[in-house]
Amino acid sequence: MEKFEKLSGIAAPMALVNIDTDMIIPKQFLKTIKRSGLGVNLFDEMRYNDDGSEKPDFVLNKPAYRDAQVLVAGDNFGCGSSREHAPWALADFGIKVVISTSFADIFFNNCFKNGMLPIVMPQEVVDVLMSDAEKGANARMEIDLEKQTVTTSDGEVFNFEVDSFRKHCLLEGLDDIGLTLEKAAAIDTFEASAAQSRPWV
Amino acid sequence: MSSEAKTLYDKIWDAHVVQEADDGTCLLYIDRHLVHEVTSPQAFEGLRMTGRKVHAPERTIAVPDHNVPTTLDRASGIIENEDSRIQLNALDVNAREFGVHYYPVNDVRQGIVHIVGPEQGWTLPGMTVVCGDSHTATHGAFGSLAHGIGTSEVEHVLATQTLIQKKSKNMKVEITGQLRPGVTAKDITLSVIGKTGTAGGTGYVIEYCGEAIRALSMEGRMTVCNMAIEGGARAGLIAPDETTFAYVNGRPHAPKGAQWEAALTWWRTLFSDDDAHWDKVVTIKGEDIAPVVTWGTSPEDVLAITDVVPAPESFTGGKIEAAKRALEYMGLTAGQKLSDITIDTVFIGSCTNGRIEDLRAAAAILKGKKIKDGMRAMVVPGSGLVRAQAEEEGLADIFIEAGFEWRLAGCSMCLAMNPDQLAPGERCAATSNRNFEGRQGKGGRTHLMSPAMAAAAAVTGKLTDVRDMM
Ligand code: SF4
Repeated sequence: MEKFEKLSGIAAPMALVNIDTDMIIPKQFLKTIKRSGLGVNLFDEMRYNDDGSEKPDFVLNKPAYRDAQVLVAGDNFGCGSSREHAPWALADFGIKVVISTSFADIFFNNCFKNGMLPIVMPQEVVDVLMSDAEKGANARMEIDLEKQTVTTSDGEVFNFEVDSFRKHCLLEGLDDIGLTLEKAAAIDTFEASAAQSRPWV
Repeated sequence: MSSEAKTLYDKIWDAHVVQEADDGTCLLYIDRHLVHEVTSPQAFEGLRMTGRKVHAPERTIAVPDHNVPTTLDRASGIIENEDSRIQLNALDVNAREFGVHYYPVNDVRQGIVHIVGPEQGWTLPGMTVVCGDSHTATHGAFGSLAHGIGTSEVEHVLATQTLIQKKSKNMKVEITGQLRPGVTAKDITLSVIGKTGTAGGTGYVIEYCGEAIRALSMEGRMTVCNMAIEGGARAGLIAPDETTFAYVNGRPHAPKGAQWEAALTWWRTLFSDDDAHWDKVVTIKGEDIAPVVTWGTSPEDVLAITDVVPAPESFTGGKIEAAKRALEYMGLTAGQKLSDITIDTVFIGSCTNGRIEDLRAAAAILKGKKIKDGMRAMVVPGSGLVRAQAEEEGLADIFIEAGFEWRLAGCSMCLAMNPDQLAPGERCAATSNRNFEGRQGKGGRTHLMSPAMAAAAAVTGKLTDVRDMM
């Protein structure tokens, strides 16, 4: 997995609450058997007209935000379907950090498995970051995972919390499966004892 | 609270911890892994690329459901959409190559993964069950810890039979007393989400309890737990009891003989202790629950059928904007009576309401009646076995005589990945679980409700209070 340490980039504002994974990547794009190439269809139904042309009002279509790497979003981002295609599409577009007051559980998990950082901030802070993002392309937000800080274009610094294990994996670019396979002996032991205590499973 | 007192969730969790790190991150053992065609191809490909095997193929069950056509001609084996065909083929190849249990498209046991698992006895009390699908919560109806995972985690479970997890908090949702006539499990689960919001359960595992929950059949309990995810919870649970054991007993993969007895002994210990600690408690009176429908584009947009479309200004914060957007998308105006909303299509099916009891409830309303002229209506049974049973009970004839299409099993119009879709602006009374924008087809408008309410709507052509037809 790719490492995530620091990022300085343009942040796009999406104040809408309950942005679900069907909006992030509609189901017609789930028929792929690959992980890559979903960026063009990110937010497809909000982003394109029926004839395939872009809707100029949609935030990621505006010149200022076409290269956004950070998304500042409304409450309960990523709710709905478990599709990992949602973080894949965001990452493929170039978005590596999403900041919101809350995230749906599965989406939150999925981000970390793809070298992305979802950041939970209180409403007051999200409000400040949302205004900062609204400044457009000249405003760059800085995210430092090691220090656990988000810095606005004005130099205002906010701290965020992140699970220590997940932080470690992101900083080092560690692959979960490789880590777990190192514990094969413990898994074997568990299976042997479960075979005694719950033989019907 | 004594330190020994545990919730049901605590008990199942503790029985599955392989290892716990100092920061509380656990390696959790997974008893059953259900797999479908949409979220698994990249995971199997990952195994291939790293030369890894499926750790426990005997605990892994694969079934195609999301993409499969549900029209009768699918028996011919022709799947027109090329991308769907590629995905279904990938599952077929992967299931056979990695040697997991598999119910292919033409097997009578095929169906929606969350219906097949319980039906075949793969889902048992006290287990950990995962699937690359958010509605895995369904299996919590058996008192098993069941939740959805992403594709990276699917690969992790395939390779190691474990998941890296941190424990959630405990939330109790109690439904007291009794339901009034015409009120079903679907009305319970929608009403809970209407009350707590779609993020109300975030960070929690919910246990549903109370007299009204105890009185539900297994089918009804599955409907309730199915939508725990719509309330944001990682999982929903109902403690197993005699209803559970009676359902499980005799299923193909349920334990038999001495093992059954041993299993029962353990299963009977699976309940929350009286003085267990709850981080959050929600209580709803069963008598207060009405037949409900959704009016907006979030499953929390729930109101009694006797209500009117709300004004966006009646909400607070970001929800005001979301409600405006929802009304525009749904083509509704504030103040309009819900029972005046006319519909074009009725969809009965999905992992929420595609079981035999759901079909019975809908057929009871439809018996001897016809659907409104011009209405498109379909029943998509949750599995081939549900379909067969409904035919045996004469339900299929009732549906067909009423004017419904009688389909083969699959997810169908729940998410419209197969050809069953709404056209832009088309309005649907659906028994599924999500009313998101575009969920049932681009521009399609979805109202969620119980099977009986959907059947009533099919007859009148509008959202209808089923109690008027009983
Ligand atoms: S029926 Fe709908 S919700 Fe259930 S698994 Fe299929 S697509 Fe998902």
